[in-house]
Amino acid sequence: MKRAFAILRHNAPAIIVLVGGIALWEAVIRGLAIRAFILPAPSSIARALGENWTTGYQILPAAQATLQEAGGGLIAGALLGLAVAFAVARYPSARDIVLPVGIAVNAIPIVAFAPLANQWFGSQSVYSKMAISAALVFFPIMINVLRGLTSVNASSLELMRSYAGSEMAVLTKVRIPNALPFFLTGLKIGTTLSLIGAVVGEYFGGLNVALGRVVVESASTLSFEVTWAAIAVVSAVGIVMYLAVLAAERVLIPWHPSVRGERVA
Amino acid sequence: MTGERVTDVPVVSLAGVDKDFALPGGATMTALTGIDLDLRRGEFVSLIGPSGCGKSTLLRLIGDLTQPSAGVVTVNGKPAPQARLDRDYGMVFQAPVLFDWRTVEENVRLPLELTGQERTARDARVAEMLELVELPDFARHYPYQLSGGMQQRVAIARALTFSPAILLMDEPFGALDEMTRERMNSEVLRIWEQTGITVVFVTHSIPEAVFLSSRVVVMSARPGRITRIVEVDLPRPRGVETRESRRYFEMVTQVREALRSGEGSGTSDDSLASIERAEAEGLTG
Amino acid sequence: MRRSPEVIPAAGPPVRSRLGRARIYLLFVVGLLVVWEAAKFIGGDPWRYFGWEWRPPLKFNVLNDQGLPHVWDIVGTMIGPYRRNADQSLFVYLLLKALYTWREAAIGFVLGGALGMALAAAFVHSQLLERAFVPYVVASQTIPIVALAPMIVFFFGNNVLSVVIIATYLTFFPVTIAMIRGLRSPDPRALELMRSFAASRRTILWKLRLPASLPYLFTALKITATASIVGAIIGEGPGAIQGGLGWSIIEFNQQYITNPSKLWGAIFVAALLGVSFYSLVRLVELRVLRGRPEASAG
Repeated sequence: MKRAFAILRHNAPAIIVLVGGIALWEAVIRGLAIRAFILPAPSSIARALGENWTTGYQILPAAQATLQEAGGGLIAGALLGLAVAFAVARYPSARDIVLPVGIAVNAIPIVAFAPLANQWFGSQSVYSKMAISAALVFFPIMINVLRGLTSVNASSLELMRSYAGSEMAVLTKVRIPNALPFFLTGLKIGTTLSLIGAVVGEYFGGLNVALGRVVVESASTLSFEVTWAAIAVVSAVGIVMYLAVLAAERVLIPWHPSVRGERVA
Repeated sequence: MTGERVTDVPVVSLAGVDKDFALPGGATMTALTGIDLDLRRGEFVSLIGPSGCGKSTLLRLIGDLTQPSAGVVTVNGKPAPQARLDRDYGMVFQAPVLFDWRTVEENVRLPLELTGQERTARDARVAEMLELVELPDFARHYPYQLSGGMQQRVAIARALTFSPAILLMDEPFGALDEMTRERMNSEVLRIWEQTGITVVFVTHSIPEAVFLSSRVVVMSARPGRITRIVEVDLPRPRGVETRESRRYFEMVTQVREALRSGEGSGTSDDSLASIERAEAEGLTG
Repeated sequence: MRRSPEVIPAAGPPVRSRLGRARIYLLFVVGLLVVWEAAKFIGGDPWRYFGWEWRPPLKFNVLNDQGLPHVWDIVGTMIGPYRRNADQSLFVYLLLKALYTWREAAIGFVLGGALGMALAAAFVHSQLLERAFVPYVVASQTIPIVALAPMIVFFFGNNVLSVVIIATYLTFFPVTIAMIRGLRSPDPRALELMRSFAASRRTILWKLRLPASLPYLFTALKITATASIVGAIIGEGPGAIQGGLGWSIIEFNQQYITNPSKLWGAIFVAALLGVSFYSLVRLVELRVLRGRPEASAG
């Protein structure tokens, strides 16, 4: 109980900012009635969200579709990133090639490939969106996991050698646990990227029941409350995916400084 | 069990051992030359010398963490590599080298997992080891929740899980404050007396070497070699009174003079120390 | 009998010559081209040049001339006129578009960087501000900005300003987080030393915190170089900003059925733009951090 109170007190400034911000927004829109057309008050966005939850623009099924695309892309990209990282970590000479090339390729704005993925896998298909998501997710996961597998403390390796530990034992007892926080960091970046990939893919065409399409089409018919409602739902999906990884961190790496409650920054 | 239990069977033997390193520029650096050393079973031996005298390299040669350029290293009656594979020694580094992601008991259990020991025997052994270093209450803590001295005690427990014949310690208390270090010294002596293990202990500290050891091996740098071996005849068990006795101060002076006479040609050389560091870092690859 | 001495790796990270890096990139590009054309072997469409014709044995439709044009077809389209009877080649046309997009991205990059640094300096000096706002800075990153892009364009109008705002938004977050970390990175003893000199907060910021944070800043800037371009390309879409590369990608996407090589060319130039901007930031980093050990990390 005391702990809950302490947490509440610690977060009080943030809560005040949130509540105050929304209140101010509502007050300004109502009081001045300027730009209300493009930036509606929070209350009318909430109303639009309720009205279109399953009918009209069908925000709920749209959110489910987008989540499916982003989730599929996240899983595919993460698996691919893991596979490449493990393969490359195994061979130091491959690492010398893959890291610089990976960094260079990562500097490419991958969203530019979104229309191409639609052409390849069909713009109506979920797979085209998953492909873009996976491409975006791949690099942060691959590079982070590779760093985690290779940035092992030299003394830890010497310790394993003093115990005559096998290569396999070094991998399972040292390298993989060492890489786990790195993987989760990559996954945190990946959750947002997977959603960006899905939404960008939807901008370039796709089934109407998808959040990216709802945003584009409601904006084109000037139903901006719906647009904002859809944006709010996309944001909520992004935050929920991010929080899911944070929760996984608490379970998987309770010993890590970032979970121990030391300053994140 | 108290007093000297030293027998004449050598448990570690180095004969005509040299160790060269190739420097990045192409030159060769002789880290150790003409090392002949026999350690008797149950002995507590310290290696002491200036930075760069190769004392850590000597310890790592015994542990087969690096190989000699010439000469023979015999450990527990076998070639050093075989002794490593047979887990005849345990090693404690200057840093505790505990795995952050494992609790205290999981860290101590690590060596036993590597041999695939049966679970109940394993858990019993871990509990026994934590009892030995007086940390049973901290079994489920993570390393970050322990003080530096406690972490090093966990590292000692981990090194002893196999009941090895030899314990190799590389400046294990170098990073601790003086008070903690003295407490840890007594702790190590207690464990040594309880287990009858042979200890090879690398240190920078003359008082530490004298307080702990049956023999102090004094080394000099450039090239690294053994200049003198001082027999420490202080009575056991040793405690606070030992540190205050006249004989203790005489022994400290003796070792200090041996170190000074070994300096001989010019100042001590730090380049080997930096190589030893570079070598350890090179293992990351 | 004597074994050869053990080789000691040189201290510090391995020194890789520029030539070595260049060779790796060259190897990668050549490898990519080989894989590309090898894929055409199973694409199914016939290879036709100057009356010569050859039919690949397999037919895998994704890799046909519609899905994956031959490299030389793309090159041919690139050096040809950007549209019928035009003097300008498609490549030059796209380069000019890229320059336009880069200008938008660069403005956003600078604004976002400045905003990020200012926010970080404020958060480092005020616990209250940090606790009140940092959660939202982090949360803002979990929101896919692309969803907001159409609204920003509606709100600020169909102009470069909207695009710059999107690029700024994508830039400020990594810089803020990295700078909070960087400004906090000085050794506490160095901070105490400065206090023993009776240095003011401002002096400590300029003489100690800021120099210490530079490696962190550049790590973030390398990420945001690409992010700002992503922001600009995405921002150009809904606003129909015709001067930039984002527009070309949309335009050539619509013409994909008739000439797929054009979209491939636009994507290639977009990739080139991203890598160039990244390399530019990297060059500045090498210059600014010269002599610091952190500068050597890729």
